[in-house]
Amino acid sequence: MRERPPVTDWAADFDHLDPRWVEDPYPIWQELRDKCPVAHTERYMGVYFPTRYDDVRAVAYDTEHFSSRRIVVRENPPPRIPAPPITSDPPRHRADKSLLLPAFTPDAIKRHEPRARAICADLIERFAAKGGCDAAVDYAQEIPVRLVAHMLGLPEEEGDRFRKWIYEILVAGITEPAVMMRAIEETSAYFATEIEKRKRTPGDDIISYLAAARIDGEPLAPEHIIGSLRLLLVAGIDTTWSAIGSCFWHLARHPEDRRRLAAEPELIPTAVEEFLRAYAPVTMAREVVKATTINGCAFKEKQMVLLSFPAANRDPAMFPDPDRVVIDRAENRHAAFGLGIHRCIGSNLARMEITVALQEWLKRIPEFQLAPNAKVTWSEGTVRGPRKLPVVFG
Amino acid sequence: MVLKVKVDRERCQGHARCNALAPELFALDAFGNAHEIGDGRVPAGLEDKAFLAKANCPELAVEVIEGEGS
Repeated sequence: MRERPPVTDWAADFDHLDPRWVEDPYPIWQELRDKCPVAHTERYMGVYFPTRYDDVRAVAYDTEHFSSRRIVVRENPPPRIPAPPITSDPPRHRADKSLLLPAFTPDAIKRHEPRARAICADLIERFAAKGGCDAAVDYAQEIPVRLVAHMLGLPEEEGDRFRKWIYEILVAGITEPAVMMRAIEETSAYFATEIEKRKRTPGDDIISYLAAARIDGEPLAPEHIIGSLRLLLVAGIDTTWSAIGSCFWHLARHPEDRRRLAAEPELIPTAVEEFLRAYAPVTMAREVVKATTINGCAFKEKQMVLLSFPAANRDPAMFPDPDRVVIDRAENRHAAFGLGIHRCIGSNLARMEITVALQEWLKRIPEFQLAPNAKVTWSEGTVRGPRKLPVVFG
Repeated sequence: MVLKVKVDRERCQGHARCNALAPELFALDAFGNAHEIGDGRVPAGLEDKAFLAKANCPELAVEVIEGEGS
């Protein structure tokens, strides 16, 4: 891993792994929005960083110049590893995504709500009497890992293994390609075994569904199925874990919002949208495959673009008073799940999980706050959310 | 004054906000993409929901059309 010097110029030499950015990126982004709305860095082999909603939207919509074949900004990028449909471009993208969409509609997701509710209740039961917990470790991270395992037909106890792979692919792998490649190989072998099992004995789960699926009458190549499964694992867990964690980070520090949601649970879905706006966890990336200009700024071929939906969501031109969390914000076209054809396929699942996580917790633990001297830590890289969040109840 | 809602199917990416906020006016297909129910006419009392759906569509795919008519 190469040492990267501290940043002195965010406009021309930014670094999204700089500790100041990881800790609190929002003031940095606002400064850039005011003076250099598309920042650039030579680090990571060259990356652009649009900070305004309109520019993020323009890049997301422009699949001719901006490809999804690389979606994470890395040092020394390894060979491209397809994870359809997130890494697919048109015209291939539509078929790859349509295959998975029916399993993720609101109605399809509703079937999993009872399991989500049971998972949350079970977790709360473990710490409710203890007077406190780490809301990120003991609650937020456990919900999606178990529910995704449930949907894939995998044992819910495999959580530690899944989280290790996700960390190696999304975090350690940014600077250490060998770690990432090892995780890719391990996940490939793991899923190949599972696919073979489901071919022999199909179940009512997504692995069985993909093992039997066809595009244009042809079964999917094993690498396609494995790529899609790895995507569901990687994209379905620490994203939602981060989103849930950020909700609790906010509520632990804002008693007025916490009490209002406990008293008016019907407001929770609206509040969830506002939490998603203000604390959007996911930043994607694109590769410039054809030089172009957006908002007067030249994008050169072969460079990457950090596609920051979190930055778009804090643009005052789009959201009045963007740094204030308004839990009943009525107009909210936030981009937490992306914009354009790559809209997060799990958005309905994530919304359900976050909503259920808040409902179940607030029913049992309406009063809580950050533990005295709590040291809250944040993840870095593609997904932003609290990784340590000690709270006390009452 | 008659209000009608309309979903631009080319723009819709299946965020499903309209259906969540105004299920009386918007339905989803098997892929989760939205369309207006029937001819999109907004029954009396649901006007606010129509505008709420429009105000929360990230793809600007929901239109609310105001027109004369019975």
